[in-house]
Amino acid sequence: MKIRERLSGNEAAATAMRQINPDVVAAFPITPSTEIPQYFSSFVSNGKVDTEFVAVESEHSAMSACIGAEAAGARAMTATSANGMSLMWEMLYIASSLRLPIVMSLVNRAVSGPLNIHNDHSDAMGARDSGWIQIFSENNQEVYDNLLMAHRIAENKKVLLPVMICQDGFITSHAIENIEIEDDETVKKFVGEYHPEHYLLNDKEPIAIGPLDLQAYLFEHKRQQAQAMVEAKQVILDVAKDFEKLTGRKYGFIEEYKMEDAEIAVICMNSTAGTAKHTVNNLREKGIKAGVIKVRVFRPFPAETIANAIKNLKAVAILDKADGLNAVGGPLFTDVTSGMLINGVHVPAISYIYGIGGRDTTEEDITEVFTNLEEIVKTGKVDRPYRYLGVRGEK
Amino acid sequence: MKKIDSNITWQDITPGGNIYTAGNAKEFKTGSWRSVKPVYISEKCTQCGLCFPVCPDDAIPVNKDQKREDFDYDACKGCGVCAKVCPFKAIEMKEN
Repeated sequence: MKIRERLSGNEAAATAMRQINPDVVAAFPITPSTEIPQYFSSFVSNGKVDTEFVAVESEHSAMSACIGAEAAGARAMTATSANGMSLMWEMLYIASSLRLPIVMSLVNRAVSGPLNIHNDHSDAMGARDSGWIQIFSENNQEVYDNLLMAHRIAENKKVLLPVMICQDGFITSHAIENIEIEDDETVKKFVGEYHPEHYLLNDKEPIAIGPLDLQAYLFEHKRQQAQAMVEAKQVILDVAKDFEKLTGRKYGFIEEYKMEDAEIAVICMNSTAGTAKHTVNNLREKGIKAGVIKVRVFRPFPAETIANAIKNLKAVAILDKADGLNAVGGPLFTDVTSGMLINGVHVPAISYIYGIGGRDTTEEDITEVFTNLEEIVKTGKVDRPYRYLGVRGEK
Repeated sequence: MKKIDSNITWQDITPGGNIYTAGNAKEFKTGSWRSVKPVYISEKCTQCGLCFPVCPDDAIPVNKDQKREDFDYDACKGCGVCAKVCPFKAIEMKEN
């Protein structure tokens, strides 16, 4: 049974967690994700879940507790943002390399400094090579939906990797939107029970987890992890198909918006996709063939899917809400363009860094990007591929 | 579980290096870490029993008569704790 609700992004995440009813939640408050463990701890107090809630003393401990719980054979979840995830850094790699399918809500926020608590993607982008599956959410509905799918992806025997479900801090986390949620029983059935093959609390099979792994072995384990990320692609699509059967809501690696006949397009993630779609609607009324590609799954990176989706464009702009600080462009830009090259697609492409530290990105900003794309199509020249949107002092 | 040694491929190695059996530390030859080794001088040994409880690697075998025997060099890392506790200078640390 479907239920019409109105929830903020953080409420949507906490609601999904309540319905998933994991064995363990270990979390430490940090803006803008604080509300998720706050709401969840009230579910624990009110007996709505039977989860063991561990009020840890730091994010390093939060991830460590999740690792311990998953290794023991439990289903564990957490939530954090920016510097909180920075403090988990060491444990992010332990979680993925020990192949523990932890699910984390990452409410994206700028990593300080200077100190900033508002939205950009520098936290998630920093962890892009940590071996976590990263799924981005445009709005509250997608936050909820992505979380319901997360365990089925993470716990699949071919995958066994942790998953982070990202959403934009404040923009979606604190904005209340209409949302359609499933009833508790339906969610319980969809997510299923967690029965790991090997776990520490199994008295019939004494095992050791995380032993010393020197020159003769670590390479093989990393190769295995890389394979799990490759296998995750099909699993993500299979789970999305099951989810669509259940809810009618369809998800892929990317969402293509008005791309059928598009000549110019922007590629972006999370809530900016909404602004970009709105902008495209207005540009289309003026006869401009504009489109949007929203990247939902960033790790594993759907290089081929994106390259295929943009191959007929005359120019494309890749919008990054995190700077690569690499003298080349944003992380999404460098991934998309290398994906284009290896798939034999050549489209003039520019990188835009935007929205850093919560800087507003408006319809006017996105329109400016499309105007510049039209200019590139007209002149056939990309003189400056590494650009900024909305920073003072930039021409 | 396939035997894990330096010939195992990434397809066969266990995820995350998990070990699905117990009591297999003895298969790990920590002796290869050693740069100095203890040498047992049995003539000086009084079998006082102070050395083997302090060995972190259980590298001093004790027989049924509660008497210590020569070192298990597959396990001994050469830490030298046994030589320090021996009151009779019956253990000498020498270059490996």
